[in-house]
Amino acid sequence: MRLRGVILFAALAVSGSAMADPDNYVIGMRGRELTTVGDCVACHTAPGGASFAGGLALATPFGVIMTPNITPDDATGIGRWSKAEFSRAMHEGRGRNGAYLYPAFPYPYFNKVSREDTDAIYDYLRTLAPITNTVNRRTLPFPFSIRTLMAGWNTLFFKPAPFEPDPQRSAEFNRGAYLVQGLGHCGACHTPLNAFGANKPAQFLQGNRIDDWTAPNITNDPQAGLGKWSVEEVVQYLKTGQTRSTIASGPMREVVEDSTSKMSDDDLKAMAVYLKERGAAGRSAPAAIAASDPRMQAGAAIFTDTCGACHARDGTGVEHMFPRLAGDAIIKQADPTTLIRIVLTGVRGAGTDAFPTSPAMPSFGYRLDDRQVAAVVTYIRNSWGNAASAVEAETVNSLRSRVAGPVERSAAQ
Amino acid sequence: MARRLPRKDVVIVGLGWTGSILAYELSRTGLDVVAIERGPWRDTATDFNIGTAPDELRYAVRHDIFLRPKQETLTMRNNPSQTALPIRKWGSFLPGNGVGGAGVHWNGQTWRFLPDDFRIRSHMMQRYGDAIFPENHHIQDWPVSYDELEPYYDKFEYLAGISGKAGNIKGQIQPGGNPFEGARDRDYPTPPLKQGYAQGLFTKAATGLGLHPFPRPSANISAAYTNPYGCSMAPCTYCGFCERFGCANYSKASPQTCVLPALVREPTFEARTECEVMKVNLSSDGKTATGVTYVDRSGDEWEQPADVVLLCAYALFNVRLLLLSGIGKPYDPDKNEGVVGRNYAYQTGSGSTAFFEEAKFNPFAAAGSLGVAADDYNSDNFDHGPHGFVGGASITSAHTNGRPIQYHPTPRGTPTWGSQWKKAVASTYQRVTSVGAQGSVMSYRNNYLDLDPTYKDPLGRPLMRMTFDYQDNERKMANYMADRCDEIAKAMGAKQTQVNRLTGPWSVVPYQSTHNTGGAVMGSDPTTSVLNRYLQTWDVSNVFVMGACAFPQNAGYNPTGTVGALTYWSLDGIRKYLKSPGPLVQP
Repeated sequence: MRLRGVILFAALAVSGSAMADPDNYVIGMRGRELTTVGDCVACHTAPGGASFAGGLALATPFGVIMTPNITPDDATGIGRWSKAEFSRAMHEGRGRNGAYLYPAFPYPYFNKVSREDTDAIYDYLRTLAPITNTVNRRTLPFPFSIRTLMAGWNTLFFKPAPFEPDPQRSAEFNRGAYLVQGLGHCGACHTPLNAFGANKPAQFLQGNRIDDWTAPNITNDPQAGLGKWSVEEVVQYLKTGQTRSTIASGPMREVVEDSTSKMSDDDLKAMAVYLKERGAAGRSAPAAIAASDPRMQAGAAIFTDTCGACHARDGTGVEHMFPRLAGDAIIKQADPTTLIRIVLTGVRGAGTDAFPTSPAMPSFGYRLDDRQVAAVVTYIRNSWGNAASAVEAETVNSLRSRVAGPVERSAAQ
Repeated sequence: MARRLPRKDVVIVGLGWTGSILAYELSRTGLDVVAIERGPWRDTATDFNIGTAPDELRYAVRHDIFLRPKQETLTMRNNPSQTALPIRKWGSFLPGNGVGGAGVHWNGQTWRFLPDDFRIRSHMMQRYGDAIFPENHHIQDWPVSYDELEPYYDKFEYLAGISGKAGNIKGQIQPGGNPFEGARDRDYPTPPLKQGYAQGLFTKAATGLGLHPFPRPSANISAAYTNPYGCSMAPCTYCGFCERFGCANYSKASPQTCVLPALVREPTFEARTECEVMKVNLSSDGKTATGVTYVDRSGDEWEQPADVVLLCAYALFNVRLLLLSGIGKPYDPDKNEGVVGRNYAYQTGSGSTAFFEEAKFNPFAAAGSLGVAADDYNSDNFDHGPHGFVGGASITSAHTNGRPIQYHPTPRGTPTWGSQWKKAVASTYQRVTSVGAQGSVMSYRNNYLDLDPTYKDPLGRPLMRMTFDYQDNERKMANYMADRCDEIAKAMGAKQTQVNRLTGPWSVVPYQSTHNTGGAVMGSDPTTSVLNRYLQTWDVSNVFVMGACAFPQNAGYNPTGTVGALTYWSLDGIRKYLKSPGPLVQP
């Protein structure tokens, strides 16, 4: 014990310049909570790498961006950054030397975060152990490699504006709005992008396809959004990774595991109140495809053989284990990407302190061909009260080429 | 030379049911716990994927998840006059390997032993006198009573989500349950599985014969369940791939479904897989364990110091580790002295195969513990006076599977291959069922475990030698039960029955049961037991030993329910020890 204390002290002495005042426990803890809300660790950590040391390859429509090291390492991290420089990065999207950052770093959201909160995050990051990890920050191809282009982008799509609470709404609603619009940067995934990679403000939180996943509509829309969820269900989902009918998976699994499951109940409730009360928007539901349609008949047969044992023949699923397919919002999205992807590759659900099991669905891509996947997905999207567009084999094929291996012919025949 | 690692509070040898429960309960209180497991990590999502899990050739025939005899085997003989030879292919029993242990591949029958089972010696003596006991027996009372264990049985059943119907809640007999069971505080966490056609026939026939059938308690669970650790399970789909398989549906209670998801979140827990513990290290006076020495997968040797050592390997291998480590005095049958290896016991199987004229049993719609049972002939639920044997059996109608490679019963006299065999398989498959009796085995002077004088494992350590045979008492009991089974099978309407008796010496070749018990038994007297009532070794107070090796003799039931209850019971003792180290019972 004693020896360990001496070593720790030595480490503090050596890198003291890069550390927060060790007595500043309250600010450090507040900063840690805020860093969790922002889920900074998710992007700033490479697979198998040290937390916050960067190096994750973010695939954007314009090329790969490697996330930077935000540990307080002088040479490769933010060790030499001042509080003001950090705040400028968060609020204006500028690097330490003033260079333009790309909006893969969601400064269009973070500019809503108060200076007090960015300072607390800065203080917390300064308490981390400095990790030396050099990240190649020049991976984008020409012409996107020219950072000054972002000045034009900012002019077009970035209107810095601090968060303005709505005096007509409750403090809880405004707290939720502050978190969702700001540090939570929910819209970065859940809002459609224009051709320049900017979120379309008019369609805020109406759903988006990103990284070959569907980030669903999280407005209060009754068809594809949160319209049928209660505030309590939204909180339960964010806290535990699941509700009676669904389980977080894909990128949202990481958000829940790393971020929302560790947030305070009050903040989660505020976010839920905001999401539920801010209004509904989305496309109107199409009519369900008739059960007599040949694609539906083929899909029903595949479903019975392949899916029904777990998800139940009537699509009701099993609480805490196998999501309910009847009425599920992911299934009813206009964009079927997530549903197809899960059938092709399998997926693992979120595991949290409340529900640690993290149940998995296996991959069926190896034995269902594109036509079969299209049929079963079309069936799921149009059964038990669900209604959504049919899925074509070509759509499956195109996604398969990006996310899964080919079907094993012997198994499919 | 072993390199020494930093000390841990607790080292656990083997990460199956007992190891994972103890690891979770101890690490959640902040103790530094390391579990050392010689097999690989296993996980439902990655290892028992529904696309590949129901593979009878890979798992049931080629023993994919079982211990490889090359890792460790035993030598075997029927009696001390023979020379034991190594088991080169597992047959009569199938030890597990890897995280989850036998808790991965079990069928899932989760029984409580009966109150009389725990006081068998004193009870039988009182009711029948000394003459009832067989020659050379070592039958002894357990150092715990059913009533003491009841809350711990309850804990394990609620951990595992067991499906069943109570027969006795707080002394009130419950219709449809087992009227012979000890009083329980509450019903099972989930209702019984749905039974098949054969079970309906059995229930009617057995009731008509004056017996008391009930659905047997099952760890293949009937309904979705979330246990007190937060781990969730899904309802059984009756696929019939339970014994010898990991469950792909999260429906069979196992360390994977019930404990590991919570355990792996504990920051002070660490698992080291593919690491084989060589021995428990002792202080120079031999009274304290200082840790264990193990070999990792690269062949490097490590010493892991720890304050407490918990042996949680399979029953047989716990006994061998005690022998290899010099903990407790090895048993010597000649002098009838010593304790380690003493009172090895097993299980009997007998019954009746029933062939029907017109029936559709659909044996493939099955689960490892689907079935109904009657306990009228178990323990001392019937008058043993006229029969002259000790012990009993649970009598069962069950379909655990109808898998294509290994399940194809045919009437005796059918050729074993060729067109006649095929014809018989096809015409019999749907029309055959059975009534079985799983019986107790008492402990005897000449049924025991010790180290083999000749054969060694790849690490140079002596193999363990098993000396075992069924004795007349067991034959008498099992054959009496076979006749009872036959009566029921006939009453069910079978056109033809075939009685399966227990004859000849025990053979290691055909599969019979992986219910190996004893060898490190718990007791009140250090001259006839290795462990005190808290499963703490009498000789080394910081070593506790889990598992069925603690059973003084075996009852007419599967062991896992009692193993689970004893684990929670022992946990109380381990906690007491941690507060105030030393023997928990003064001899």
